[in-house]
Amino acid sequence: MDQILLQILNGLDKGSAYALIALGLTLIFGTLGVVNFAHGALFMIGAFCAVTLQRILNISTITEDPTKTDFLGNPATIKTPIVETWFGPEVGASIIDWSVPLAIFFAIPIMAAVGIIMERGLIKHFYKRPHADQILVTFGLAIVLQEVIKAIYGANPIPTPAPEAFRGSFDFGTYIGFEANAIIYPYWRMVYFAFSAIIIAAVFAFLQFTTFGMVVRAGMADRETVGLLGINIDKRFTIMFAIAACVAGLAGVMYAPINSPNYHMGMDFLVLSFVVVVVGGMGSLPGAVLAGFMLGILEAFASMNQVKAIFPGIDQIIIYLVAIIIILTRPRGLMGRRGVMEE
Amino acid sequence: MSTSNLTRRGLIKNSAIAGAGFAAPTIFTASSAAAYTNEPTGGSVTLGFNVPQSGPYADEGADELRAYELAVEHLNGGGDGGMMNTFSSKELTGNGILGKKVEFVTGDTQTKSDAARASAKSMIEKDGAVMITGGSSSGVAIAVQGLCQEAGVIFMAGLTHSNDTTGKDKKANGFRHFFNGYMSAAALAPVLQSLYGSDRNAYHLTADYTWGWTQEESIAAATEAMGWNTVNKVRTPLASTDFSSYIAPVLNSGADVLVLNHYGGNMVNSLTNAVQFGLRDKIVNGKNFEIVVPLYSRLMAKGAGANVKGIHGSTNWHWSLTDEGSKAFVKSFGTKYGFPPSQAAHTVYCQTMLYADAAQRAGTFNPCGIVEALEGYEFDGLGNGKTLYRADDHQCFKDVLVVRGKENPTSEFDLLEVVEVTPTSQVIYEADHPMFAGGALGACNPGA
Repeated sequence: MDQILLQILNGLDKGSAYALIALGLTLIFGTLGVVNFAHGALFMIGAFCAVTLQRILNISTITEDPTKTDFLGNPATIKTPIVETWFGPEVGASIIDWSVPLAIFFAIPIMAAVGIIMERGLIKHFYKRPHADQILVTFGLAIVLQEVIKAIYGANPIPTPAPEAFRGSFDFGTYIGFEANAIIYPYWRMVYFAFSAIIIAAVFAFLQFTTFGMVVRAGMADRETVGLLGINIDKRFTIMFAIAACVAGLAGVMYAPINSPNYHMGMDFLVLSFVVVVVGGMGSLPGAVLAGFMLGILEAFASMNQVKAIFPGIDQIIIYLVAIIIILTRPRGLMGRRGVMEE
Repeated sequence: MSTSNLTRRGLIKNSAIAGAGFAAPTIFTASSAAAYTNEPTGGSVTLGFNVPQSGPYADEGADELRAYELAVEHLNGGGDGGMMNTFSSKELTGNGILGKKVEFVTGDTQTKSDAARASAKSMIEKDGAVMITGGSSSGVAIAVQGLCQEAGVIFMAGLTHSNDTTGKDKKANGFRHFFNGYMSAAALAPVLQSLYGSDRNAYHLTADYTWGWTQEESIAAATEAMGWNTVNKVRTPLASTDFSSYIAPVLNSGADVLVLNHYGGNMVNSLTNAVQFGLRDKIVNGKNFEIVVPLYSRLMAKGAGANVKGIHGSTNWHWSLTDEGSKAFVKSFGTKYGFPPSQAAHTVYCQTMLYADAAQRAGTFNPCGIVEALEGYEFDGLGNGKTLYRADDHQCFKDVLVVRGKENPTSEFDLLEVVEVTPTSQVIYEADHPMFAGGALGACNPGA
């Protein structure tokens, strides 16, 4: 029982990342009708926003320390972060410690700008082209973006720790009557799950309860009629693209402490997120979220030793296996609507 | 009346056979008058540096390339000469190899066996490389070593740690300077015993490919021999990025040590996840929970940040060593590039020097001459103390470093500290050891 609970918890944070990326993908597909293979790259750029802010906050003044030498025997240097000079050592160190949560505010304008530039600069030219063209151009864009990041930051993962207060784990099992060490869970993963839930709720509330959201939903249902009513739907869809980029970017920012960001992390999530979208139902926002969490949890279960003992290698194929079964039994996915990608 | 046996199927079949014959690569056919593949005829000799220039090990590959360029510079008489000055053999004088200027071409392995073979093949066929060296993965090293054996050129392996490279997949034309999984385990086990005792329960997470399997087999055997119990061995897909679902069950398994048979990005992520799950703060079976990383790479450890602190592992070489060879190399590399070299850089620099020296001593670039010169060759002054290139399997035997993640690093390069230098006598094994069984070295192939 404790093993099952443990894997559900493990699946939640992975599922959160899948759900957030798939949500953005579905938003773009639902509004613009574009299959965006560069969406994983947006997740990766978000994570590198956290890396960048960490580096900015660590910009230091360099002084020589004549008492020590470096590896070549030259006088060693002491680096003092400028924020520590400005705000004092303690406040400065706290600001650096909290660089990942602070990166949320840093990432929002950057991601929105990246989203708008991407949509206006490239993707809008492919609206009327077949889906295969859209896939090729966005996949190409994803490769370019990851190579740009690699050229700037290198190929190795870059450690981006969570604030000191959220490092380590808590013994979840002892709260619900299990033995000590039976169910342990890292604090930051809990934060990640809560953060994802807030973002998902905010996106749904935005679409459901604002006039802007209403227009966008109307546009998703019938773009032409909304246009005939004198509403500039293209502008709103561009904004939706920017919002989707922000959602993926924020998912990346908060994921940075879980696994050190590297240039390839977007691709690692992209394929799985597409499976999530297809399983959830193309164009269905609740479907994307549901399938994200479901596949995250299933993946965690498949990694259990007990399961692997019966089905060796199941952890590598479980998501695709489930996807095949669902597509065979429900061709439109779990919550797919009639008519999407069927014309 | 004439009958014809020509059918559509037969025509296609015969055409395919004929086509395959014409398309057979020239390196596999004896059509040249040269005594061996790519015999240098002009005033220069070309070496092929096959390193990961893209993909996840690109940074390690970039460091290898820096070391290669430095080695070529030293061989051609440039720079301060680096380890050429400390090398026990004094055959190399800065006048190239056998009087020929050293030139090089580079290839990108992408850390993929097929891409690595393609780039090696191109360097041999198109660029006339007489030796191929480099790499940052055992899968790639084994694949390229096989190709070099067929093509009749020497392969001086870069960073490859699987027992198989000089075990079941050993080849006469291939040589490995880097240590291997068995040697890591043999060096680590006594240190682990003195630190953590003989009554421990180990849980292994292992990357599911050739290096992971041999590393797991080696460290499990070494720790079991000193009394440790192996609780579980779990294979993780090489493409895994999040190890939480593999790490979460560890504490509840009764294990009090986690052995991470992971390298590169796998190691960074699994170690980060293990520390996140608070494993190192736990007390299990009345003992502090411990994590062991059998193969450390400083470049990769950097990705795990503070999580490496206090964690033990082994490494082939470290820039903080104070022997004359290491000091000369660090000075030379550090002055040129501004930071200390990695173990990958060190091993490929040594390999280039060893090849050049062997050719010089043999008086030829003929692979069979090189093989003869390197087999059973003992040398010193290249940073690892006295070293033997064993004739039976072409594996180098030298001291192995047991290292620990430093608690208070003084710079971004100062991540590991050497806790023990395990002498060669403790890590050497018989050439027919069961972990290295199967396969045969065979005879050297000069090609052409």
